[in-house]
Amino acid sequence: MNIKTHLFKGKKIKKSNKFLSITFIIFITFFSSFVVSAQEVALNDNGEAVQAGKKLFNANCAACHKLNKRAVGPALRGVSAKYDKEWLYSWIKNSTAMVKSGDAQAVAIYEEYNGSVMTSFLQLSNSDIDNILAYTDYIPPAPVASAVAPGNVASQSGGSGVSNDIILGALVLVFLILIVMLFLVQKTLLRIAEASGVKITPEPKPKRTPIWLAFVQNQFLVMVSVVFLLFSSAYFVYGYFMQVGVDQGYMPVQPIHYSHKIHAGANQIECKYCHSSARVSKHSGIPSLNVCMNCHMNIAEYNGEEDLENGYTKDFYTKEIKKLYAAVGWDETNQRYTGETQPVKWVRIHNLPDFVYFNHAQHVEVGEIACEKCHGPVEEMEIMYQYSPLTMGWCINCHRETNVKVESNEYYAKIHEALSKKYGIEKLTVAQMGGLECGKCHY
Amino acid sequence: MNYKGLLFFVIIALGLNSCFDPSKPNYQYFPNMYESIGYETYAESDAFANGIEAQIPVEGSIMRGWEPYDYPNTNEGYEAAKVELMTPLRASDYNLANGKELYGIYCAVCHGNKGDGQGILMKREKFLGVPSYADREITPGSIYHVLMYGKNAMGSHAGQVNAEERWQIAQHVMELRSKLVK
Repeated sequence: MNIKTHLFKGKKIKKSNKFLSITFIIFITFFSSFVVSAQEVALNDNGEAVQAGKKLFNANCAACHKLNKRAVGPALRGVSAKYDKEWLYSWIKNSTAMVKSGDAQAVAIYEEYNGSVMTSFLQLSNSDIDNILAYTDYIPPAPVASAVAPGNVASQSGGSGVSNDIILGALVLVFLILIVMLFLVQKTLLRIAEASGVKITPEPKPKRTPIWLAFVQNQFLVMVSVVFLLFSSAYFVYGYFMQVGVDQGYMPVQPIHYSHKIHAGANQIECKYCHSSARVSKHSGIPSLNVCMNCHMNIAEYNGEEDLENGYTKDFYTKEIKKLYAAVGWDETNQRYTGETQPVKWVRIHNLPDFVYFNHAQHVEVGEIACEKCHGPVEEMEIMYQYSPLTMGWCINCHRETNVKVESNEYYAKIHEALSKKYGIEKLTVAQMGGLECGKCHY
Repeated sequence: MNYKGLLFFVIIALGLNSCFDPSKPNYQYFPNMYESIGYETYAESDAFANGIEAQIPVEGSIMRGWEPYDYPNTNEGYEAAKVELMTPLRASDYNLANGKELYGIYCAVCHGNKGDGQGILMKREKFLGVPSYADREITPGSIYHVLMYGKNAMGSHAGQVNAEERWQIAQHVMELRSKLVK
């Protein structure tokens, strides 16, 4: 009995321990959830202001201000702690007047940022400005969840790759084992056969004329196959000679990985924005780096889509932008040019031989030929390559097929009329206007 | 037998045909016909100290057709150009059409086709805060000045459009603005 009660007591004690711990856990979870919900409530209270502020900030301020980084103007996170609220109201509404009136703080900012004038935002009310300040003060909670998520994604994608390798490796192993086993089985079978006295003798092969001898003896077949081989090899030799000097598909590695897919595809920037000389000159110029900086003064980081399979991560693209900054001598922290530049050695892709003349302006502006006609789907090219063969036959073909727009070109009206009478047609192709004459391109 | 030799030849021809390395240019037949001694655009060259052929024009030299622009790249220059500078162009169909086309190429990515600041880069949040023309007091003179020098986050576009084209764009922007303000 004694022992029993003792045991019983012990059980009871254990039970009560469990009970205690359970209540403790419940209490903790309840308490922590209460704390979290309290925090959320506080955020939501301010959330509307922050949301409204974000909208206003993006519409009005973001052209010149970033939250964490100096841009045209100072970084704005936590700005309300640095200045008096009333001062901020009047500064945002009319900064020029404040600088003129000689306000010490205003003049200090004006001079620190190279005398760039901040636009007056008279249309913003005090409560609007409060919202904007709420947004600039708002520090998003430490991104625990989001920090975990990309890691997960990476490990998952990495995992799938590894598992593929494992499956392949396992398959190879299974096959190897199968082969070894078959050998072993054959060996043991032979041994059994030997042991039981069965003799295995290979069947004697009947004497036949070998197939090559039969082939040689059949003269007709020899003739046919020789002719066939001659023709097919002539075909390949011709093909081989025709591709000498043709760089179709040429895709060199450029010093800065510039993605036409992102710029011309996703962002729909016009070809001629960067290659502006295609409108007015023989060359479709490679843009000088100041053209890149028209946008990349503001865009210092890549935030678009990634292509993990090929290693085109955000980090990768951002590093390429830094290469641009190094080449053009842009000091990111102080937002000014250092003057130390390095030329970028772009590798030329499209290069016509020097004995032929080609003019971009004539084709792009006068002929109104779309860039894609010759350069292909550039907006889909992650790495630029030569789409067309750029051979003479290719040029001539297009000249034969393309009609010239003669409408509303009064200067050449007489010639156009005479030519269409001569050929007895309404629409003239480039070829009919002399586009096949040697001297048009070779001189 | 001679077909063995032929077969060998075919295999070689096939091999040469198929192995084109896309990172290198193809070889050329008589390359001295393709590459003359004359300088190629953008090439490297020993003729200049820094080895680059594309040189910045000598200081003080003036491009043919270049019109001097006297307003300095300062806030005062901007204000002065805004008030004083007048367009030398008459509003013709040609100027308007050209201005529209150029605007589509150079401005619309950020400022939007209507000038409301809702260009594709703005919609994709690559750029933020591009203002609508309606919210800014602008004149043809100030537009020309900004195209010339750039302002705040906008860079100079003087290298991409010449003086006449800048005026045509200014004309189109003013037209867009008048439509927006209505």
